Amino acid sequence: MSMIDVKGLNFAFGQGELRRQVLTNIHLSIETGEIVILTGPSGSGKTTLLTILGGLRLATSGSVVVLGEQLVRSETSTRIAVRRQTGYIFQQHNLFLSLTATENVCMALELHDLFSEKERVGLARQILTQVGLEERLEYRPQQLSGGQRQRVSIARALVSRPKIVLADEPTASLDKNSGHEAVEILRNLAKQNGTTILIVTHDYRILDIADRIINLEDGIIK
Amino acid sequence: MSGVPPALFAARLAWRQLIYDKPKLLAATLGVLFACVLVFMQLGFRDSLYTSASSAPLKMQGQLFLLHKQTEALWRPVSFERSILMRALGLPAVRRVVPLYMSLGQFKNMDTHIQRTLMIYGYDPTAELIHIDDFATFRSELQRQDTALFDVTSRPEFGPIKELIASGRDITEINGRKVKLVGTFNMGTTFAADGNVVMSDLNFHRVFPSRSLDQIDIGFVLLAPGADIAAAQAALLRLVGQEVQVLTYEELVRFEQAYWENSAPLGFIFGFGTLMGLIVGMVIVYQILFTDIGNNIPQYATLVAMGYSQSYLRNIVFASSIYLAVFGFLPGMALSTLLYQVAERSIFIPFPMTLGRIASVFFFILTMCALAGLLAIRKLKSTDPADMFS
Ligand SMILES: Nc1ncnc2c1ncn2[C@@H]1O[C@H](COP(=O)(O)OP(=O)(O)OP(=O)(O)O)[C@@H](O)[C@H]1O
Ligand SMILES: [Mg+2]
Repeated sequence: MSMIDVKGLNFAFGQGELRRQVLTNIHLSIETGEIVILTGPSGSGKTTLLTILGGLRLATSGSVVVLGEQLVRSETSTRIAVRRQTGYIFQQHNLFLSLTATENVCMALELHDLFSEKERVGLARQILTQVGLEERLEYRPQQLSGGQRQRVSIARALVSRPKIVLADEPTASLDKNSGHEAVEILRNLAKQNGTTILIVTHDYRILDIADRIINLEDGIIK
Repeated sequence: MSGVPPALFAARLAWRQLIYDKPKLLAATLGVLFACVLVFMQLGFRDSLYTSASSAPLKMQGQLFLLHKQTEALWRPVSFERSILMRALGLPAVRRVVPLYMSLGQFKNMDTHIQRTLMIYGYDPTAELIHIDDFATFRSELQRQDTALFDVTSRPEFGPIKELIASGRDITEINGRKVKLVGTFNMGTTFAADGNVVMSDLNFHRVFPSRSLDQIDIGFVLLAPGADIAAAQAALLRLVGQEVQVLTYEELVRFEQAYWENSAPLGFIFGFGTLMGLIVGMVIVYQILFTDIGNNIPQYATLVAMGYSQSYLRNIVFASSIYLAVFGFLPGMALSTLLYQVAERSIFIPFPMTLGRIASVFFFILTMCALAGLLAIRKLKSTDPADMFS
């Protein structure tokens, strides 16, 4: 079953004179549990495609079916539903400086009425342990290294067991070792849970973790 | 970690954010505290002015009162013909009419010999126009030449009169004339008069020789027991309404309060001061909330990407503003209570810290903080999660 199914997607920024075509006739299908890396030159439209797939940007032509929901011309509520089942990892960790690692991870669980406070804390500690931060559960972001922070944000993206994880240059702010370590952890956890992952990256050192590599040039998949 | 219900998750996040940054918390708290104290003091001064302004009419005993049409305030009455008051005797319901004379006079401090202005009331001591405890015991002495009663709530600049009388030094000068103080009473100072003296109408004439007893300041109309005040007022108006105003007791008190509230720009000044305090407080709280949202845009956008709604973000800001209101209000109220006591001791005008006052100031502060939150929330519009990936 495909988690993500894109057919004939076109996307442009701006209107009239300022109109700028960014994505042209995109066809893309990603199966459950697949790990796909999307590469391409700067300005080729990788981030734009990722935000459309994550329900963060609205497309108006073609077909984008994610988790069985059509996102083209969709209602905000549909896109919010997709967001809630998707984990996001950004280039920056975007953690609340006032919250401990555990509390930051819990933010992803407080969205769902499924757990008690105790269960949330338990799940957060469990996933933090899996990303190798069992010694740092109650540390705040400023007491952690860059690689550790990014691992907290990976834990935050994965803790609610999303079906899809979208990551945009997750290693760009990390050195080679911690960058590779972080995506290694991401891949292992995803494989255990059958999570589908799409990573946008320029970082050729991490291409080895992918099942498939897609190249985007000037808004066209090569 | 306690069991916080999901509806309060935003409030809990706001709390954690707020107490994490101590300098910011201190600055915001001080801003709210400042506004709070300012509002408490402005309202305190305004109310004490109004209550003290009516301390004289509150003590006046009579059912109906005649005032010259041009009299704007009791502390500076325009005199009118005594014969007008006498005409009231023509009504069957009227038991007795008594004129009251009042004028600002110079009272000499017995120790320092410094003259200071106070209000002097004169009336026939066989009547009790002004409520004075144990008045009957002073009555015969007041009827003697050059005697007076002194209001012990007068400002201390007049001297420790009660102690002086007790030690036998009871002669001072009023308008340069030697007068014997035969006792004390309680009335209360006003913004118009720092002190009060009561004497007989004849002694009043001795102290103010230029004032004829035919020109009176307030006409007291004492009705027969059980008489209908409204009917008597209507009848009196027909009789003397051309020349004077006829007020009931309640109208007299209101009359004096309304003067301070309306004719003098005091109500406006205090209202303006209150508003200024609230605006300054609002700007401080707004600035802090706004900066805080700005510093957390990536985090908030991440929450939106996860599936949090805009209303969750708004609740974070609102919860912060309410915390700040409470944080600033509690010490603000404590400090204001202290300042009220200081004010009461130094200007001798009551400054009550009432529950109603506390409730209304808290309401003002809460509104101020909520408005600041409302303004700061506009900054949340820049939390577009699509901009997070770049
Ligand atoms: N919000 C926007 N409004 C208008 N144009 C935009 C906007 N965001 C991106 N673009 C333009 O769309 C094109 C594709 O941008 P996008 O961010 O998708 O590229 P990218 O492949 O992610 O590049 P990079 O590798 O540098 O991150 C670029 O030319 C960019 O200038
Ligand atoms: Mg990009």
